[in-house]
Amino acid sequence: MGGGLYSTDKKEFDKNLDLTRIKPYGDTMNDGKVQISFTLPIKDGDKAIHAALELAKKMGIEDPSVAYHQSLDEDFTFFIIYGELIHTVNYTQIKTESVKVESMTLEEINHYIKENIKRKLIVIGATTGTDAHTVGIDAIMNMKGFAGHYGLERYEMIETHNLGSQVSNEEFIKRAIELKADVLLVSQTVTQKDIHVRNLTNLVDLLEAEGIREKVILICGGARITNELSKELGYDAGFGSNTYAETVASFFIHEYLRRKKKIK
Amino acid sequence: MTVASKLNLNFNLVEKARKIAEVIVLDTQKFIDNHSTTSNERTVCRLLGIDGIDEFGVPLPNVVVDHIIKTGKISKGVAFYIGNAILQTNLSPQNIAEKISTDQLSITDLPLGELYEIKNILNSIIQRNLDIIRRNKHKREDLINKYGEKTEPLIYLIVATGNIFEDIIQAQAAARQGADVIAVIRSTGQSLLDYVPYGNTTEGFGGTYATQENFRLMRTALDKVSEEEGRYIRLTNYCSGLCMPEIAAMGAFERIDMMLNDALYGILFRDINMQRTIIDQHFSRMINAYAGVIINTGEDNYLTTDDAFEAAHTVLASQFINEQFAKLAGLKEEQMGLGHAFEMDPNLENGFIYELAQAQMAREIFPNAPLKYMPPTKYMTGNVFKGHVQDALFNIITILTNQRIHLLGMLTEAIHTPFMSDRALSIENAKYIFKNMKNLGDEITFKEGGIIQQRSNEVLTKALELLTKIKEEGLFKTIEKGIFAGIKRPIDGGKGLDGVIQKDTDYFNPFLEQMSIELKLGGKK
Repeated sequence: MGGGLYSTDKKEFDKNLDLTRIKPYGDTMNDGKVQISFTLPIKDGDKAIHAALELAKKMGIEDPSVAYHQSLDEDFTFFIIYGELIHTVNYTQIKTESVKVESMTLEEINHYIKENIKRKLIVIGATTGTDAHTVGIDAIMNMKGFAGHYGLERYEMIETHNLGSQVSNEEFIKRAIELKADVLLVSQTVTQKDIHVRNLTNLVDLLEAEGIREKVILICGGARITNELSKELGYDAGFGSNTYAETVASFFIHEYLRRKKKIK
Repeated sequence: MTVASKLNLNFNLVEKARKIAEVIVLDTQKFIDNHSTTSNERTVCRLLGIDGIDEFGVPLPNVVVDHIIKTGKISKGVAFYIGNAILQTNLSPQNIAEKISTDQLSITDLPLGELYEIKNILNSIIQRNLDIIRRNKHKREDLINKYGEKTEPLIYLIVATGNIFEDIIQAQAAARQGADVIAVIRSTGQSLLDYVPYGNTTEGFGGTYATQENFRLMRTALDKVSEEEGRYIRLTNYCSGLCMPEIAAMGAFERIDMMLNDALYGILFRDINMQRTIIDQHFSRMINAYAGVIINTGEDNYLTTDDAFEAAHTVLASQFINEQFAKLAGLKEEQMGLGHAFEMDPNLENGFIYELAQAQMAREIFPNAPLKYMPPTKYMTGNVFKGHVQDALFNIITILTNQRIHLLGMLTEAIHTPFMSDRALSIENAKYIFKNMKNLGDEITFKEGGIIQQRSNEVLTKALELLTKIKEEGLFKTIEKGIFAGIKRPIDGGKGLDGVIQKDTDYFNPFLEQMSIELKLGGKK
């Protein structure tokens, strides 16, 4: 058989969807088709292809085929491999914890704060630690917002303070206390060597040491941030990519009211 | 290269904008000429040959400058005291620095010689060290002549592993695959360090520390590939942050070819004090001018912070200002890699047409500048397949409008720092388009009064309005009011203000003086 792109092999497998045993879908239910690409630190050639196929099999790829390989440098080769994954997962057993908020619109949020909180909520945000990226915090806070979703600065009932990037955790807390912030937004873009985890943990520790952790709503965000991770680190919520200001605002106003009710 | 206008631009407005930018910059230059900074003084130390660290890891240039600050005498400049110390002790600048670091010498307590004697004794050291820089400049020119200069856009790639030795592997592979320029991204946070780390480094976050030893290692590695490939591979680093001029000096000693070096970037995007940055950028640019370095300005940042469509005129206004500051520092137009970017929302109807209009506009307004064009980053999503298409559109604009320094977009932008394979795929993408569409730009004229012509004239008009406003307020006031990029910075705020030094009447910086003469700027101190 040739390159294997158009395999005429007939394979017998159950073509009915079974949620307790799901696997990837190419063009037929349960065919398990996946694409993977990686680079190996070896010279391109037959031996290299063999090594790549062996690796793919170890990943659980049945009948892997190297669709493309290319030398990247003297001793590096890039592979694109297609094959069929043998593994399945039980979808019915999976539990996730993404932030559950019903997102309201800008007008609804302003109205809701006026009616229920009766004062402006004070929000401060920053990219903390040595991280220099402002793209995340700006997307949520800047007047213009992101992708047509206005940022918090545009909300009449939210007072915002965007401290920018490379703000130390100490400085951030100092400003939070000075400004009597209700909500703290922390953005982290650089995640190399888990620097964000260390930095985020450090902030929680410092807030607890200052005795104000429970007094504020603490939220983090960033392309590689998940709600699970954030909760684990002691945050009230964490938001990943493609989150807009109204989602974050909807979360913190509900959280604010939930806490108020608890006190009563 | 002169380009026939395809945009029907109103060049009277261009002329006017340039004049206004010149007024803005000349006004600021008066302030610059009366001040120095701790980083400028440390740069003088470095140019005098002081290098290394003390037993606590503090760089000796910092040790020397801090020592003089403690005595309250820094306003005369370090050159004065080091020159005097040589006169009195017959030691080399390096020996003097070492003795200061071990408390064996207090150079401000020495008896003072005559100013002419001090200048005289420094002169041979200055000539010897500037000669290293001149030789580097000639070596670069010779190598480019030997290998031949590429006429197509220069493919610019970033390495950022944090480990210089890993960077070298990545950079050499990228160069062999077709990169013409390698930039070693700095470790996150280095811009806010008020010193330059020393020696080779293997730990960094989101990048690798800029150190002179790292410069040297990478330069040697790229020279090797240049020879193999028969193509001069340029090396880029970052003259920004609190150590702008020091990095320029280190780069000049190690034949760095390009430096990110913006006049306003540090103020707006790193919250560095505006007085500090404005003073620092001048000396750093003068060193870059002297060393034959191409500077890259950071206007792309306006577009990632603000909306790329609406903020287009702020880019142009900043380019005009950067151009004038660069001119005052002796940079030739051929050394001004003015920046801009392809950052419009992909959902914007006709976004490609607007990007094309703006790129062509930059080309026509700055015909001799090796424009630095930055790829999409803000709207890259992690969908690598779409990302590759976004990068392809960006590549098309570059070849159509003859951008010079083309920072390659990565399909994995927004996911991780590039893998070796990401770079290879991106280079393949760019090379394909550059070759396939090589002369398409020459074949195209734009419709009279069409979207492209209208858009470029509209951006120009708005840039002129903004510059007029800045002129009325003065540059510092403008930044204080947040007129620029919507970011407010107080004159006494930000980092590094304590490093600003009011010059004494007999202050002198012999390097500024000598470079200024050679760059035909009139020999200021």
